[in-house]
Amino acid sequence: MNFDDTPQEAAFRQTARQWVEANAPKELHAELSKSSLGRIRLAKQDIVEVGKAWQKKKFEGNWACLHWPKEYGGRGATPIEKVIWQQEEGVYGKLTQPFQIGEGMCGPTVMAFGSEDAKRRYLPKLASGEEIWCQLFSEPSAGSDVAGLRTRAEKKGDNWVVNGQKIWTSGAHYSDYGLLIARTDPNVPKHKGLTMFFLDMKSPGVEVRPIRQANGMQEFNEVYFTDVVIPDSQRLGAVGEGWSVSLTTLMNERMSIGSRLATGVPEMFEFCSNLMLEDGLAIDDPAVRSKLASWAAKSSGLKYTSYRTISALSKGERPGPENSIGKLVSGMMLQDIATYAMDLQGAAGVLTGNDEETVQGQFQQMLLSSPSMRIAGGTDEILRNIIAERVLGLPGDIRVDKDVPYNKIPTKGR
Amino acid sequence: MNFDFSDDQKQLRDQARKFLTEKCSPKAVRVVLDGKAPYDKELWKGLAEMGFLGVAIPEEFGGAGAGHLELCVIAEEMGRANAPVPFSSTVYLAAEALLIAGSDAQKKKWLPAIASGEAIGTLALFEGKGNPAPKNVKLTAANGVLNGVKKPVADGAIADFAVVAARTGSSGRDGDISLFLVDLKAGGVEVKSLTNLDPTRGQAEISFKACKAEPLGAAGEGWSILTQMLDRAAVLCAFEQVGGSDRALEMGRDYALDRIAFGRQIGSFQAVKHMLADMYVSATLARSNSYYGAWALSTNAAELPEAAAAARISATQAFQHCAKNNIQVHGGMGFTWEFDCHMYYRRANAMALGLGSLSYWEDQLIDRMRKKNAA
Repeated sequence: MNFDDTPQEAAFRQTARQWVEANAPKELHAELSKSSLGRIRLAKQDIVEVGKAWQKKKFEGNWACLHWPKEYGGRGATPIEKVIWQQEEGVYGKLTQPFQIGEGMCGPTVMAFGSEDAKRRYLPKLASGEEIWCQLFSEPSAGSDVAGLRTRAEKKGDNWVVNGQKIWTSGAHYSDYGLLIARTDPNVPKHKGLTMFFLDMKSPGVEVRPIRQANGMQEFNEVYFTDVVIPDSQRLGAVGEGWSVSLTTLMNERMSIGSRLATGVPEMFEFCSNLMLEDGLAIDDPAVRSKLASWAAKSSGLKYTSYRTISALSKGERPGPENSIGKLVSGMMLQDIATYAMDLQGAAGVLTGNDEETVQGQFQQMLLSSPSMRIAGGTDEILRNIIAERVLGLPGDIRVDKDVPYNKIPTKGR
Repeated sequence: MNFDFSDDQKQLRDQARKFLTEKCSPKAVRVVLDGKAPYDKELWKGLAEMGFLGVAIPEEFGGAGAGHLELCVIAEEMGRANAPVPFSSTVYLAAEALLIAGSDAQKKKWLPAIASGEAIGTLALFEGKGNPAPKNVKLTAANGVLNGVKKPVADGAIADFAVVAARTGSSGRDGDISLFLVDLKAGGVEVKSLTNLDPTRGQAEISFKACKAEPLGAAGEGWSILTQMLDRAAVLCAFEQVGGSDRALEMGRDYALDRIAFGRQIGSFQAVKHMLADMYVSATLARSNSYYGAWALSTNAAELPEAAAAARISATQAFQHCAKNNIQVHGGMGFTWEFDCHMYYRRANAMALGLGSLSYWEDQLIDRMRKKNAA
């Protein structure tokens, strides 16, 4: 049991470290280090622009999408090398946020199901950051039950014509391409009538509307499709096989480990170490200590769980669905920590401005944003189902719509 | 990075599991639970023969001279099997105390006897309510004799010797405490068995009346040795708790697959699935923290105090959570004496108090994190 690299891993790390040292945009280091709760705001620059510049540099140095094959813009690196790269890239990895969906989900799907021409045309430009991709799966009536989606694609000659609406699409407003799942046959049960496509987001009939979120920010979009034409050559997988194609996409999402999720624990520890309560420092208060210690133990448990996963990768094993615990634990913890920090602030906790009493409102922001952590990318409930079914081997839910043709499934509760 | 046990260590775990499945079935545990015997003597003998009691004791003192990672994998299996033997008292506390602070003569006297299964040892620290703290040690030592009462002492009624924490000063500092080694069979003690939460592991009251004792470690060093002992034992106990958590989770999962209600397996209801998924999450966090503790223990790393506290908290919470919800999954049957669920529930809650309560270790973790942040 040790935390050491193998000689090959150490050599790889050394190469990566030297490259980052020589090429990273160091002027952004302080600002990137501060944005620790997953929300990156640069004072003077646009994250997409700065991100594109960093991604391009990485691509030229052969460090972009490094686990992809060389012919598609990667480096042919192993999964453990990718983790080492992420560790060495450090805070600059936050700049890759606009490309993560493309790299983690869209790219691998094109790689698995696209034609050779499509792979050579699209993947290198995705890797270099020249073209950004988004993922068009969720719909207003199909979130956790994504197979219940309604967006229709109808065959007209060599093309498909798409009508419908997607929602929660991160980055749609700056994306060049999108990975789209649509219903091609409503007369068969829901999982069987789906087909996967990719499309140019500038196609006529595509309309992107930003969504104003409960925390007041705008990071997601609605995307409307009105008679959007997609050539059949942009279909991924067979007609009616969209569901199994989407499972490849989602499996790859789980593979993108190594980027640790924010838990709020370091911020809370610092806050309690400095906060003066009526009887002294918060961190000397027994009730505060008890909660803080439980959170700290959970957070270190997550850290060492990811180390175990990395060790498995290092031995050539593939991480499984047990990785679902990271988001499940940290999402709830963020919300609990935010609530408790505000409780300690008392009456001033209600303020959301740059007030000294609330340490510039960081926990207030955390409180308002944390609900999305428990929903996006699989709700807490779906993650528990995944653990129960795929790790513990419990039976799947009884699905009343499983064998019913899609167009016979009820759409209203009452 | 290789943050995992080696193939040899995993093989040792398999060997321990096979041995315990055979010799320490729930039926065997029930013999101690329901009967008069305070522990399973045959099992204890078998553990000695397998070399498990002395796995981390150096060869020159009659042990296998393997190491603490090997002891961790065995500990996990002991917890899984809910073994009714004084393993933690003897191996995690008494043997570790001797290894940390014992003189050559003390080590020669007791360590081979531990490894061979002839001697049972324990730690006599607590005096009634309260957590480990110098101010809670009232028993006095003067001129080589002890006077006072220790309660509860785990496995106290069957122990051959005890490491006893005694007051040798009154300055109000840690240096007031010294450790002593007492041969409990040599007179000067009165031992009374106490009923407790987990009848498969005894608890006793030991009264020391002008009892002869020899110092263990330097005078005034008692608290510092004890702190090290508790940290080391916290990691080892965490592995027992992880083993117990996993077993309780498995029992719940298996029952959820077998039991039919409302015309379907109860494991197909989300209310039950989610409860089991949450148990899995707790057990996984505890396992990962315990692995870190094992690394720190086996390498004597400076990180041990923090790692031990995190492992202890995480494993205590996980075992309590899994044992409690295992009963819930079983419904009414889980509340019967006949089903094994209560044995894990009892063990989980008894273990949560043995080395100091959860709130004590939460306090420790915060102190240790602050110390690290300040450094």
